[in-house]
Amino acid sequence: MNIPLRDPKIVMKLSRLGSFHQSRLSFLRSFLKEFKDWDYKRDLFELNENGYGTAVFSFKKKNRVYSLICFANELDENERSDRVIATKWDTAFTLFDGVPTKIDIERLKNEVPKQEFGRLSYKELTLSRANKSVRVFNHVVESLSNGVQPNKELLAKVGYLYRTTAVYGSGKFGLADRFRIKNREEIYGPFRLEMMLVYLVRQFTFDQVNHVANNKNPKKAVNLDLEICKSLGIGNSTGLGMAPFIVNHPTLLNNWIYAREVSLKKIREIKNVAITESNLFKNCLKKSIKNITSWNTESEYQIKKIKSLLNNLNQFILFLDNEFNFNQEYPFNKLYEYLEEKYEEECVEYVVSMMMEPYDNIVAPLVKKMSSEEDKYFNIPTERTVFELKTIIKNKYSEILKIDFEKKENNLNFWFISKNKEEPRLANRFDENGSDLEQPLAIARDIKKLYETLLLSKNSSTIAMFLSNNADLRHVVRRAFIVEKFPYSEIQDNTIGQEIVPIDMLRLKLSFFGALKFDPRSDKWLRICMFQGAPLPEQLKNYDEHWVYN
Amino acid sequence: MKSLSEIDTVSKRSSRAAGYAWGIAEEVGKNIRLLEIFSLPGIKNLNEFLNKKKDIKLKNLNFINEDNTVNNSQYCPVIAGVNFLDQIKTLENLKEIKFKNIAYPMLFLPFVSRASEVVGKRILLKLDKNEFLLNFNNSISSNFSKKEIIKTAENISIKILKNEDSFSENEWKELYKLSEETFVEENESLKNNAAGAGLTDND
Repeated sequence: MNIPLRDPKIVMKLSRLGSFHQSRLSFLRSFLKEFKDWDYKRDLFELNENGYGTAVFSFKKKNRVYSLICFANELDENERSDRVIATKWDTAFTLFDGVPTKIDIERLKNEVPKQEFGRLSYKELTLSRANKSVRVFNHVVESLSNGVQPNKELLAKVGYLYRTTAVYGSGKFGLADRFRIKNREEIYGPFRLEMMLVYLVRQFTFDQVNHVANNKNPKKAVNLDLEICKSLGIGNSTGLGMAPFIVNHPTLLNNWIYAREVSLKKIREIKNVAITESNLFKNCLKKSIKNITSWNTESEYQIKKIKSLLNNLNQFILFLDNEFNFNQEYPFNKLYEYLEEKYEEECVEYVVSMMMEPYDNIVAPLVKKMSSEEDKYFNIPTERTVFELKTIIKNKYSEILKIDFEKKENNLNFWFISKNKEEPRLANRFDENGSDLEQPLAIARDIKKLYETLLLSKNSSTIAMFLSNNADLRHVVRRAFIVEKFPYSEIQDNTIGQEIVPIDMLRLKLSFFGALKFDPRSDKWLRICMFQGAPLPEQLKNYDEHWVYN
Repeated sequence: MKSLSEIDTVSKRSSRAAGYAWGIAEEVGKNIRLLEIFSLPGIKNLNEFLNKKKDIKLKNLNFINEDNTVNNSQYCPVIAGVNFLDQIKTLENLKEIKFKNIAYPMLFLPFVSRASEVVGKRILLKLDKNEFLLNFNNSISSNFSKKEIIKTAENISIKILKNEDSFSENEWKELYKLSEETFVEENESLKNNAAGAGLTDND
């Protein structure tokens, strides 16, 4: 049986993309899989009694070494902020390519804590900073120094000791450009080194909290229980910075979604499902409910979504247990069709992620294809004709062409880069200044404008001739030719309309990162948790790949 | 040292700020990155050009011909470049393409380099006395070695070179003969046991 790939016009709607959840494809899971047989080491740990100082952690295999360098500094309570406008943090980190010398560490000590205002070099791969969850950190120190383990309920509610507020890579602030490292096999797959940084930061937080507690009361202190460590991740506060990323990297976006869609297609095409496979699927699904019930948020929007998801999933599990028989042909296809018919998008996409759990043989080869050589597709095929471009737009953007951008509500917002932090922002074009400096992220509106202009042009004209008179549409001409080859490269929605929920764009990206427990703090930023439940570095050699559900 | 990613982004944004459309600014970002990779003064030239752009009498060259001449002004290197790249498929059979007066021609060069890759042919670009052999956008050979700003080029010539060998047939034969010394002479026994031996192909 040949199951077609899902229609991009459905999958690439923002509400659907914003319903995605982590899966075997997620970058933090594929990172752990890739690095499980690397040697982990704590190379340096020079912290004072309060936990301030320098530490280095590394992963090594043969001649390749990646080192996380951590700089923990004292921070005044009033200076601690998760917002991107902050200038100081509890700890700053960089992932170094190789083994840093003392000179490297001294140089970086002056630069890394400054973050966006520091200068890094080609030897550094990623950069980040993190703030303590002070309440949790202090509670853990207090408990451990008194010889007892901390309150598990409090820890479970927060989920981490530290929150990162940004992770930078790919040439930002002088960091190594991707071309320098892209041929290393261990980092095929996007954001591997960003994931490594966050993972090692997590270990730093445990070592630091143990160190501080031990110094506070050397005679009585105990270390944080390893099972508790495992249950903690790293928090992350994420704002709008992530949203334009998925618009600005169309072939990369395509490759992420394409991997997911091909996985689903292949799973739906399995004629006979072994009992071990169906049991694994059901087990993961049932155990994952724990993640949903422990999902804390004050966002009404998210509470409603969680409630609906939980409700849908409970019904679906009942159906699985009592009515559905895996002992029939193409059972996953039948399940998928049932889900689409009965449940909301959030539940459908949740179960799609779960369906991948038994099928490493399907998913693993796709993970390696999730990066993109974007420059290859930059040139516009200008020998093509106006007629061909019109046909592409009619076929690939038919939903977009229905939007009336003359209506205020469809053209309400504009994306811009803030001057003080060089970060993307969204604002109402009719209330705020700056729409003349709009970023090229209103793709739907500009595609429609392109189409209308093409209608006035001669069908046989080449794109070269068309562009010589319509330079203002060049950015969308490029995109239309990209979407011809990469069907999932474009969000099939209006990114400037009244109805836009930017959180959907963030959730899409974060689900591919492998984030759990999205906690929107407004419609423009949210908190998440990464690596919660993941094996510790010392446990990597032999770990359960389904750790997310344990 | 600035990363190539930073060079691309800042060049793109500054070009947009100087009035170019986003799609054109994207091209400039990629081009300046390319110049810097080839150790040519991309940022220097772009910075000065964008700062002085308002004071120069610039003309946009939208359709490239065999002879492109402008009087009392200069061609904009970005618009001339982007159109050269876009129209390269219709230009590749011309013997020589000439331009008079291109402002900051270093900014025109990467478009020609990229065009070399598009048509799969080397291109010889002359900017007055400076010569650049553009090799499929993989490398540039040149007599230009200074990290300087070229404010203008009066005579610009582009020759799209035929794909020809750079050596004689004799030189090739000599070398080939030497390479044959890595082959093994087949005796009857080797022939009889070779792949496909014993099968007939005339079915």
